[in-house]
Amino acid sequence: MSQRQVLQVFEQYQKARTQFVQMVAELATRPQNIETLQNAGVMSLLRPLLLDVVPTIQQTAALALGRLANYNDDLAEAVVKGNILPQLVYSLAEQNRFYKKAAAFVLRAVGKHSPQLAQAIVDCGALDTLVICLEDFDPGVKEAAAWALGYIARHNAELSQAVVDAGAIPLLVLCIQEPEIALKRIAASALSDIAKHSPELAQTVVDAGAIAHLAQMILNPDAKLKRQVLSALSQIAKHSVDLAEMVVEAEIFPAVLTCLKDKDEYVKKNASTLIREIAKHTPELSQLIVNTGGVAAMIDCIGSCKGNIKLPGIMMLGYVAAHSENLAMAVIISKGVPQLSVCLLEEPEDHIKAAAAWALGQIGRHTPEHARAVAVTNTLPVLLSLYMSTESSEDLQMKSKKAIKNILQKCTYLPALEPFLYDAPPNILKYVVGQFSKVLPHDSKARRLFVTSGGLKKIQEIKAEPGSLLQEYINGINNCYPEEIVRYYSPGYSDILLQRVDSYQPLTN
Amino acid sequence: MATLARLQARSTTLAHQYYYRNSVVDVFRKKENDAAVKIQSWFRGCQVRAHIRYLHRVATIIQKRWRGYLGRQHYQLIVKLAYYTMKMNLYNAMAVRIQRRWRGYKIRKYCFNYFYLKEYLKAVSETNDAVREALEEFAEMTEREEKKADLEREEKKRDYQARKMHYLLSTKQIPGIYNSPFRKDPDPWELRLQQAKPLTPRRPNVKAKHSVSLSSWLACTSTRSFPRSGTLPPVDRKRCQGPFRDVSEVWEQRYKPLEPTLRVAEPMDGLNEARAQLQRQEWTRNVNDNMFLPFSSYHKNKKYIPTMHLSSKYGPDAYGSQHFRDENPQKWICDKDFQTVLPSFDLFSKYGKLYSKAGQIV
Repeated sequence: MSQRQVLQVFEQYQKARTQFVQMVAELATRPQNIETLQNAGVMSLLRPLLLDVVPTIQQTAALALGRLANYNDDLAEAVVKGNILPQLVYSLAEQNRFYKKAAAFVLRAVGKHSPQLAQAIVDCGALDTLVICLEDFDPGVKEAAAWALGYIARHNAELSQAVVDAGAIPLLVLCIQEPEIALKRIAASALSDIAKHSPELAQTVVDAGAIAHLAQMILNPDAKLKRQVLSALSQIAKHSVDLAEMVVEAEIFPAVLTCLKDKDEYVKKNASTLIREIAKHTPELSQLIVNTGGVAAMIDCIGSCKGNIKLPGIMMLGYVAAHSENLAMAVIISKGVPQLSVCLLEEPEDHIKAAAAWALGQIGRHTPEHARAVAVTNTLPVLLSLYMSTESSEDLQMKSKKAIKNILQKCTYLPALEPFLYDAPPNILKYVVGQFSKVLPHDSKARRLFVTSGGLKKIQEIKAEPGSLLQEYINGINNCYPEEIVRYYSPGYSDILLQRVDSYQPLTN
Repeated sequence: MATLARLQARSTTLAHQYYYRNSVVDVFRKKENDAAVKIQSWFRGCQVRAHIRYLHRVATIIQKRWRGYLGRQHYQLIVKLAYYTMKMNLYNAMAVRIQRRWRGYKIRKYCFNYFYLKEYLKAVSETNDAVREALEEFAEMTEREEKKADLEREEKKRDYQARKMHYLLSTKQIPGIYNSPFRKDPDPWELRLQQAKPLTPRRPNVKAKHSVSLSSWLACTSTRSFPRSGTLPPVDRKRCQGPFRDVSEVWEQRYKPLEPTLRVAEPMDGLNEARAQLQRQEWTRNVNDNMFLPFSSYHKNKKYIPTMHLSSKYGPDAYGSQHFRDENPQKWICDKDFQTVLPSFDLFSKYGKLYSKAGQIV
């Protein structure tokens, strides 16, 4: 046997291994192959290849594992149960950057499925090595590590806390400042995932100085980066007034509004969410948004998109209007009411309608002027029909009822109220009649109009229980008119008249 | 004595008289006494009554004075109180008046200033308009930029198209298809073709220099190198007369991909070369040529611990460098050994791909 032949055997073996791993990695990209691969026992074959002497084979094996684990949680669990994670974690610290990338990919693929799997990764001590990878020179490794950390932190507060305790945040903040867009994007997304769980975690992110860097990137032309940045800011701002103020102090304000005009729908949605999260805390923050023209931009944004993307915008209008009457007035003069009523009419989905109804109720509940502004856009009948419709969801019915109640209790605009006399259910009729009983004693013109339009007749036809609030209101209205008129319009008056004719004895001489 | 005698004479009478008188007196004594008592009692009663009346009068005067005094004092108090209340009422009324004015002023000025509110709302609507306008402008700008980029892309594509179709340019003698003589003006494409530089014919891609991964070696045997669809011979072509081979066979032979022997395809030192390349790459990316060394020399004393996976008691991968290739430095003619190169069997690698002498495929 010559040397050559001996060597050839090794070469062939190496080639075969390489080829096998590469083919498996390639096959794992197609979902339809996964089951076959799994049944063929690919896991147990790949595991020793992770320890191969040839780095290429190691990397490719890790890649294949990652692709398999990415596919579903059963396979991810198989990776955990196969005790592959400790090997990966161990070599993550030692090997070259290609291998690091592939190993981080496996960790990400395993951790994304469920909190238990993510916890398994944490238990292997992967966080420390991932954090070390964040310090790597290669942006690709950083990206993979940040991605894996984000997927682990995404599940719940404890896992996030574990990521924070591993010291990931300062490094993630450094990653945001790197020139690579993809790295920035993933680091911002990881920060967002960490900050979303609790005020304390958000505070940690803020303390690392993330806000200033995030705020700078709002004007970045890359849409996907903007999505993540806006989402991170809104996750920070949502927890408390202090955090929201910190976000506002980073001077995001005129810049965020340009995102509302973006082409990308998710940028719009995340920007709306950010503004909503800021507006909901205090009247002062809402006022700030109003003063920078945020409400107008938001209303335009609501008009320009559809579906779920509208939702945060609609809620933001509601929050702003709920804080004080001046802010509600600002929403009205920014032409928010017509836009909301359009949403109420045209949106197919119930939860968006419910949000619009709620927002309208918040706008109309302050003063008669506000209620009038809502009433003149002819929203009340729409709200009523939504309330009465059997197709609307329970939430929508409740929200529209509440909105109607809020608006009616302030509304003195009688032309809008009058249709309600005819088709409103008793629990709403009460408020309508109440408003009439408040307005009519002081307005002679309205009194006259009320009679001629048949309102008084309708009032007499209402059957109210004696002593109830409704009866009191009806009496109040009746007291505004001479007795004859009231009697004339009472039901059955013609019969009484006829009876009198019958019983009348003409004076015959 | 006479007198005595007289007296004695008269003594009986006197006694009688005395008795008589006494008895008379006795008879009236009770009555008189009663009368006297009555008179006295009356008188005394009058006297005492007068005295009492006097006393009453005096007491009344005293009481009058005293009560007057007390009353006046009380009156003073009431008046003072009344005055005080009146004063306080007045003050309160005045204070209310002041407060009313002030509160109204304050509220109107600072809280519910109607004009201010109106102005504020006007300002808000103005800002809104401004913001709307600015955003509109921003959106327009981005759209314009995008459109511009699109146009540029389109232009580039058309340029490339023109370069590709440059052969359609009209010559002096023959008008091209874009330069129809029946039309007044040539097609704009004609002008574009004139300006375009003809595309140089594409050279067949030289196989990139050997790469680390073995997949490229596999690629050269792939179907890509053999043109299958385009060059199939027409079906109706007559078979050439003579001892010629089937056309497809000839084509296959002609377009047969290069199939180097294993040795040529994959050099022996591929791994080393890849490692060297990686090192070079890393070196080019380093900012500093010298590795950054820690300040203390503590690390020098540290024992190197190899990774668990790469170390075994049989030692690291020593194969190929020590055991399989024996080295005999004495026989070297330069400072290092020649690389051992193992030729492969020509016959095997070309098996089934060559013509034999008889014209049959082996």
